[in-house]
Amino acid sequence: MSWETRGGANAAGSNVPRSRGLLLHATAVFAFLYLPIAVLILYSFNGQGVGGFPPHNLTLDWYRTLFADEAIWDSVFNSLKVAFAAMVIALAFGVPAALALDRAQFRGKAAFRRLVLLPLILPGIITGLSLLMLFNLASIKLSLLTITLGHGTALISVATTEVFAGLQKLDRAQEEASLDLGANYWQTFWAITVPNLKLPIIGAALLIFTLSMDEIAVSFFLIGRDNTLPLEIWGRLRRGITPEINAVSTIIFMFSLVTIVLWYRLRMRAEGSVDVGAELVEGSSLNTMSS
Amino acid sequence: MFSRAYKTVVTVPPLAWVTLFLLVPYLLMFCYSFWSVSPSQTIVHSWNLDNYKELLQKTVYWQTLLRSMWIAARVMLFALLLGYPVAYYLSFYAGRRKDLLYQLVIIPLWVSYLVRAYAWKTILGSDGVFNTLLQYVHLTKHPVDFLLYSPFAVVLTLTHIYTPFTFLPIYAALEHIPRNLVEASHDLGATPSQTFWKVIFPLSIPGVLAGATFAFVLSLGDFLAPQLLGGPSGIMISNIVVSLFGAAYNWPLGAAISLAMLVIVVSLLIFSERLEKKWSFR
Amino acid sequence: MTSPIISSTATVRPDRAAKSTLLSIRNVAKSFGRNTVLRNVSLEVAEGEFLTILGESGSGKTTLLRIIAGFETATSGELWMGAERLDHQPPYRRRVNTVFQSYALFPHLTVEENVAYGLRVAKRPDAEIAQRVAEALDKVKMTAHATKKPSKISGGQQQRVALARALVNRPRLLLLDEPLSALDANLRRQMQVELKSLQREVGIAFVFVTHDQEEAMVMSDRIALLRSGELEQVATPREIYNCPATTYVAQFIGHTNLLKGEVKDGVVRCGTLSWTAPLPNGPALFSLRPEHIRLAGSGATNVRIRGRVLQQAFHGATELIRVDCGGLVLVMRTASTSAMLDEVELEFAAPDAVPVRESPERN
Repeated sequence: MSWETRGGANAAGSNVPRSRGLLLHATAVFAFLYLPIAVLILYSFNGQGVGGFPPHNLTLDWYRTLFADEAIWDSVFNSLKVAFAAMVIALAFGVPAALALDRAQFRGKAAFRRLVLLPLILPGIITGLSLLMLFNLASIKLSLLTITLGHGTALISVATTEVFAGLQKLDRAQEEASLDLGANYWQTFWAITVPNLKLPIIGAALLIFTLSMDEIAVSFFLIGRDNTLPLEIWGRLRRGITPEINAVSTIIFMFSLVTIVLWYRLRMRAEGSVDVGAELVEGSSLNTMSS
Repeated sequence: MFSRAYKTVVTVPPLAWVTLFLLVPYLLMFCYSFWSVSPSQTIVHSWNLDNYKELLQKTVYWQTLLRSMWIAARVMLFALLLGYPVAYYLSFYAGRRKDLLYQLVIIPLWVSYLVRAYAWKTILGSDGVFNTLLQYVHLTKHPVDFLLYSPFAVVLTLTHIYTPFTFLPIYAALEHIPRNLVEASHDLGATPSQTFWKVIFPLSIPGVLAGATFAFVLSLGDFLAPQLLGGPSGIMISNIVVSLFGAAYNWPLGAAISLAMLVIVVSLLIFSERLEKKWSFR
Repeated sequence: MTSPIISSTATVRPDRAAKSTLLSIRNVAKSFGRNTVLRNVSLEVAEGEFLTILGESGSGKTTLLRIIAGFETATSGELWMGAERLDHQPPYRRRVNTVFQSYALFPHLTVEENVAYGLRVAKRPDAEIAQRVAEALDKVKMTAHATKKPSKISGGQQQRVALARALVNRPRLLLLDEPLSALDANLRRQMQVELKSLQREVGIAFVFVTHDQEEAMVMSDRIALLRSGELEQVATPREIYNCPATTYVAQFIGHTNLLKGEVKDGVVRCGTLSWTAPLPNGPALFSLRPEHIRLAGSGATNVRIRGRVLQQAFHGATELIRVDCGGLVLVMRTASTSAMLDEVELEFAAPDAVPVRESPERN
């Protein structure tokens, strides 16, 4: 690698070295990551359906079929209902959990922390099956409710990690000033703490929503009569590939794309730089959130 | 600074919920693994070690488990080989484009698993894009059929899915390395290559461990990719569990296998965590 | 001490014919995008000298140091070390080592391994490495901590290790980027003395960057005062203190009184003051150090003025007294006195009013 002034410039204007080898590798990896999706999108417009090369006979037919498909729409609405409810559950328990981990000292705190974060790192099958056993023992019939409970529980970990990170960045002095000026804990919470957590909470909500809409591993075991969108697609996949699936996949991709870019921008505004999801993963490695 | 009432209010509800919906279910799974199923398809709550005996004795179970671990190991390796250089490039060489490239890496992460697995299915099939492309450019005359319905397809798909997961903690670790350490290394006469192996890589090990563990553990427990793309030779341990909770109806055995998986996973996590602590220099 | 003629150049060349030039900085300029940090800096560093680059934050001093080290490339200009062009070489090939402001010790290596780093990279034989490392640690008095990790030693100790790590490589030039700024006052003073004697001992040229003018005066053989990317004056500490070239230098280093006057026929008139000075006609500026103003005695040749005391500030060994002399406020420094002064008559010797130039406009 050469050190000459051929190097590119970084934001501060000083020289950043170049490496052709690394750039090549990175390009190859990006290609690997995106080509399948690109193919998917391309073929959703392919008249011949899936497979065959090159694509020709471009058409919007598959999208039209998709929009007329009742079962798909039903499952979309189911997914939306579940996602919203899961979001509420995850935040309702995740935000206090983050506060508890940030501020309270109690016995078993370390165990609590690990338990909350466990669903993030464990394969979904374990979480899904164990909940199935619970519902079975309690004689609760499987339905959208059980799926919601599953998502909500698993996604508490996302809410907790995001909000915890936000709390760490919160200036304690602000809350102390509020108390000093005469507000009590409840008032301080709503007037000072929550507004400062607005961005992490919104970010967490976005993430939870997206993850719930895409969730399949846990849902697989908790499903009743009504399908969520991923499970509906899965069912069809078992029966064979139809290009309609390409179309719905493309749409899902677009939504995810928008959501994630939105979330990223939100985090940038909140913090100036983004350790996106790294906390999620760091948190799941169970040793960054110190008691 | 915070009153006891405040602390109780924030601690109790999550604790209660998580106990009910996480701890209790795991315990239940533990219990189930010691029960058995009666011929009439009901679950008998009699405590025994039969399931575990079966797990150890029947070759199909531990063979599949080993195969699953081998698949997971390969996914972990490839995800690292793909993910680390990209993280390194982004952190140290990307300059102004760092932000954009970072977004590009994490976007696939949030695109549905199903979408991505499905994409590979359409590409790898004998009717798929890749095969028809090969025939179109006259590289082959007949479809190549080892691509789909094989462990290869599973490894490929899971690598595709978990490379961004592996990238994240490595990138985070690399970003945490103070740049003046790199300058100090250069100042003392080390070339960029020497600097990488003597300074940057050692300090990034916690991230590597986290990423590797993540890829391995999640691949091990995966059942979707094998079901879609694995074929008979690509069956993984979770598929067996799924069938035990489905058509093969033997919940206790399924629970036993799940528990075995859980034990393996948790042991790995603890081991990885210990290693990470050893390699983290704060 | 004689009063100097106003010099027309910003630099004062030291008459050290014995010392040869080690590093030659020629017309170096550096811009980051539209932000110009260094403009046309030329400086020579002599072998074995202790040169301080002094300046406020934003003056460009750290950038200049980084250019010498190789972490930045100059937008224009050249660096020469001996007969070799330095700025074309990457940092790892320069015979220059740096002590970083934050020390930059490798957290995953012990103190010993940190110090040995440069030697290992150069693939020196193990025996030689062990011996040189032991020597270096001994010089900075860190032998007892050799097997500790950086996180386990104090800031002052880390700084010594950073020093050893740089010096063990026997560079031709050592760069120090505000290495004492993180230390508390007492430790700082102690380290200043130690650094100075260490430099004398090893005989390597040190280029030291700081914003603390007292520190610069205590430690340096020469000071290069940098302002807004250009050198204001380069001289020995005594010269820079006693003969500041510009108003900026006079005010940056130590306290001073700036007097604005008009010269006509060899006589300076400044308000009610007047004294003789061999200067051309026209407006002139003078720097008068507070310690050169005294309470009036009986010396008839001194310039006198009456005034009323505004403020008497106790500084331990001395006092700073602000006096309003009919509109002109003068600050004088005297030995501490228990007397509370009110109406005073002040005097100073005419040669102590040193002529200075107005500092050029810099944006």
